[in-house]
Amino acid sequence: MQRRTLMKTVLTAVTLSALQATTAFAENPVLKIGFVGVTSGPAAAWGISNQRSMETRAAWINETGGYTIGDTTYDIEIVSFDDQKDPKRAIAGMEKMAQEGIHYVVGPNVDDGAAAVRPVAESNGIMYFPYAFPKSLYQAPASNAILGMVANYQSGPAIYKYLMEEKGIKTVAFIAANESDPLSQRDGGVEAAKALGLEVVSDNVTYQVDTIDFTPVLTPVMRAQPDLLVLSGVSPANAPQLIRSARELGFQGLISTETAQDAGVLAEGAGDLANGFISVGGASTPELASPMMNEFVQRYTDMFGEYNDESNTKVYALEYILETLKANPAAIDDVTAFQATMDTFEAPNPYMNGDAKLRYVGMTSFGQKRQVAVPLVVNVYQDGAFETLFVAEVD
Amino acid sequence: MEQILANGVYLGSQYAMIALGLTLIFALMNVLNFAHGQMYVIGGFVTYTFYGQWGVPFVLALVMSCVTLAILGALIEKFLFAPVIKGSAREESTMLLAAGIAFLLDALILIIFGEKQRGVPKIVNGVFNYDFRLIMPYDRILVCVLAILSVVAFIALMQYTKTGRALRALAQDRTAAQLMGVNVDRYSMIGFALGAMLAGLVGGLLVTITGVNLGMGGPTSIKAFMMVMIGGAGVISGAIWGGIILGFMEAIGLAVLSQYGDITYLLIFISLMIFLAIRPQGLMGKPWG
Repeated sequence: MQRRTLMKTVLTAVTLSALQATTAFAENPVLKIGFVGVTSGPAAAWGISNQRSMETRAAWINETGGYTIGDTTYDIEIVSFDDQKDPKRAIAGMEKMAQEGIHYVVGPNVDDGAAAVRPVAESNGIMYFPYAFPKSLYQAPASNAILGMVANYQSGPAIYKYLMEEKGIKTVAFIAANESDPLSQRDGGVEAAKALGLEVVSDNVTYQVDTIDFTPVLTPVMRAQPDLLVLSGVSPANAPQLIRSARELGFQGLISTETAQDAGVLAEGAGDLANGFISVGGASTPELASPMMNEFVQRYTDMFGEYNDESNTKVYALEYILETLKANPAAIDDVTAFQATMDTFEAPNPYMNGDAKLRYVGMTSFGQKRQVAVPLVVNVYQDGAFETLFVAEVD
Repeated sequence: MEQILANGVYLGSQYAMIALGLTLIFALMNVLNFAHGQMYVIGGFVTYTFYGQWGVPFVLALVMSCVTLAILGALIEKFLFAPVIKGSAREESTMLLAAGIAFLLDALILIIFGEKQRGVPKIVNGVFNYDFRLIMPYDRILVCVLAILSVVAFIALMQYTKTGRALRALAQDRTAAQLMGVNVDRYSMIGFALGAMLAGLVGGLLVTITGVNLGMGGPTSIKAFMMVMIGGAGVISGAIWGGIILGFMEAIGLAVLSQYGDITYLLIFISLMIFLAIRPQGLMGKPWG
């Protein structure tokens, strides 16, 4: 009898706790933010770092009581869709977002996916934040895409100029994967290098993304002996192997890329051979990261077991969406109001030390403000960690 | 020229090992194992975990990759392929099952090992450099030698052991083998385990050179199918030749055609189509299967 009473008590307690938890969770209305990107296959790392950054921040917001926009406090729910790096799937993903009544979507991760979803986004009133560089996505008459990072045609010239002035480089070689994004980034890089007066000694060597060994691929490039080897649009999976093969072939010059990389991946894949490798990063180097950035990294690590340095850039998109909605609550289901707010929007950047601001930029590159102002942080890899080489801004 | 030859031998030996396991499973069970690439990836991750993370000696880590994949292969054959083969005469059933297993393994790899590229410390330091005419890091030379030794050991196993004879009998004529007293169920399982083990072995070997990541499975399977088609499906020697030919075509193409962009694989695919139109059974396959 005592046992039955005990069971009843436990069951009642559990039921009441569950009810309480449900009630607490359901106190706030839910604001859904979408993610359409690649989370499977060879490029999975790009999209997964996006998705996990959003999920980490959403969980953090929800845990601390929600996010207040106007008079309402919302819990944030991330609705994700894996487009498998396939434009047709990206369209299906954006249509799914439209069916769910979502007006703000992060992604897609690649050029063709971002271009494919444009009609769906524009006809359904969705603002989306691609990690893709074609200017046509952001120039008028395009209206709903906002570049979520710094483009290679913005970071490349800054890096080359710095290396010309500081390291005296005169010749450069480019190598890219045989895919649309890396090839277009290579072409943009070649154009920028020539405009700065660099001699391009090799720009036609490409490789398959599933290359097992880069020694045969790099051998012809190494014969040109450039001062700088640019790994155009290189994925974090290929970067360590390319660096390692280049160094093992005796290359002594500088190596750089305009994509974000992960220090842990470089350390494992190339070790000390990656020392001096230059890449574009976000704001998590110790001198730049704010306490909030450090907490984000910690929460991400707690949630997923390991941090991904690519998230230093990808932490921003969700923050921009929420801060802009906070600035103009009418935009919550009206993207024209969102677009109007973008022109004047400004808020403190919570992830960087100092007086950095969240604001929309892109007038120089696109003729309208269709880019988030993430800091252009150029890092150099040294002994397992990134060090800040220089910081610049995109206007 | 020396560099092209060395690259060809190196790539060919790796590719031959990748193709061997796939063709063995096809020969024994008439199963196109679309999950072969995922098994290769798991082999790489197991070696990464033991050698790269826990500091276990590389050889032991390699053994763990082989054992893990052999067990996984045996389980997959016993609980998934064997029942499907017994219950369905349609070949599409096993193909769909293999594709499903590939997706399942991809999802499990993501959950267990994460999305990042992984690499391990070099097993041998230093680079062989012959007057800048032939440059080859020592670890690649070692992996190449180990791959060639593994292929030789596999051939010896198939040629001179009771298990090998039983497997060959099974590959030649399943019914006749059964009538001669070969335990078909048991040897099918052993054969599948052996094929999976080879995938694990090459995954473990190559993680020292290429690293490993979640997305390598699909492209690896496609390359393995190409080698098998070149050599002749289900023929062990054909898989070896297919691997060597693809390795040399790649090495020559990358060296000679680099100034024209990435047309090496374009030409390889065109050559493969023409070749298969002329000889659909591959180099060493029989027209009747």
